[in-house]
Amino acid sequence: MNSRSLQTTIIFLVIGGIFALALGGFFGSASRQFSAVLIELQTWVSSRFLGIQDFVTAPRDIVSLRARNDELESQVSLLQAQVIELQQRVNETDILAALVDFSRSNPESTYKAASVIGRDPSPFLHYVIINRGSNDAIQRGMPVVTNQGLVGRVDSVIADAARVQLITDPASSINVYLQNAETDAMLLGSVTGDVSLDMISQDVSVEPGDLILTSGLGGGYPSDLIIGQVVTLRTLEFELFQQATVQPAVDFTRLEIVLVITNFRPVDISPLVP
Amino acid sequence: MRNVVAFPLLLLAVILQSAVVSQVKLLSGYADLPLLMLGAWALQKRVRTAWHWAALGCALVAFVSSIPWLVLAVGYFAVVYVAQTLQRRVWQAPLLAMFSVTFIGTLFLHLLSFAVLSILGTPFSLSDVLGLIILPSLLLNILFSIPIYAFMRDLARWVYPAEEFE
Repeated sequence: MNSRSLQTTIIFLVIGGIFALALGGFFGSASRQFSAVLIELQTWVSSRFLGIQDFVTAPRDIVSLRARNDELESQVSLLQAQVIELQQRVNETDILAALVDFSRSNPESTYKAASVIGRDPSPFLHYVIINRGSNDAIQRGMPVVTNQGLVGRVDSVIADAARVQLITDPASSINVYLQNAETDAMLLGSVTGDVSLDMISQDVSVEPGDLILTSGLGGGYPSDLIIGQVVTLRTLEFELFQQATVQPAVDFTRLEIVLVITNFRPVDISPLVP
Repeated sequence: MRNVVAFPLLLLAVILQSAVVSQVKLLSGYADLPLLMLGAWALQKRVRTAWHWAALGCALVAFVSSIPWLVLAVGYFAVVYVAQTLQRRVWQAPLLAMFSVTFIGTLFLHLLSFAVLSILGTPFSLSDVLGLIILPSLLLNILFSIPIYAFMRDLARWVYPAEEFE
């Protein structure tokens, strides 16, 4: 070992010894001041490093957070769509359950369920389009009902769809029977979608709330299908008949699923009309 | 070749009319999407197929609607005729022309429907029809006419590009 190497080794040992003693607290206040400066320096360097690190890495975090946010938002949208779909299915199930109850309580008729898929493009007419047609044995003239009551009748049919004239259509007229008053009348539709009764004999007493059923006269509809209730009666002495406004049993603004009575054949009585 | 866009577009318009627009009611009236599209299409300067569109629109709506097809045919062709006449005369104010076509077309088609259905035996009161159907429909049609005109103008530019025209 030459003298230069020996010198370097001694310097290292001395400095190392001083450091060891200083860190061990053997230099008292001088050691504390030295360590305080060291810690200050360390703190300063560390804080600057963290600041630079934040500056460099923060944008990357925002990008990743945005990506994650987008991902979660898409998941929320998907789940919301599923919730809406499931709610729709629950609604449909409720309607179908009610219709099944109705068909069970009326076993004399056979039914074919159909969904309402559209309405007449003209505001003058009150028709709906259903997704069953001649392929499902639907024929013109078949009555259409829900569990609440009469909806209308099939007006025209193609292979997979049919058009149904609602009882609210201005051209619709149905022979009906007032259950409590035990009299016949005629149910008429209107432009507004309201239905009214006409041809009620003047000598008959009709009360609000009286139940209106199809009479079956004329052969266009089967008898005893519920239509609605009398709301108000209008009696004028100089008129031949009384009129009444009617609250239909069916909510025509929310028609979704209907039943077509497939075992009813309308009777064409026009050749018998003089 | 791009003219075949009439088929899917008018089909979509009739489906929307039957399934959606007919449920958005003002009193008892609602907008007439096919009529507005035909009027807006016929108002475009480069368009040469408005009559074909009217025939197709009439066929599609007549297939869905219970209204006599002759009413639709006369009504839609009248709309195209009025639009093309106005387009030649007030071409500098296209929106004014669109409003005029909408106004005249809606009134004409609805009054024609009223007359024909009354003749066929449907009991209508003119005051009810005016107040509950025609005027609300007119208002809705005028509201819808602005976006539909903009859409059909863009469509016309796509179907008839300027360089091809010139």
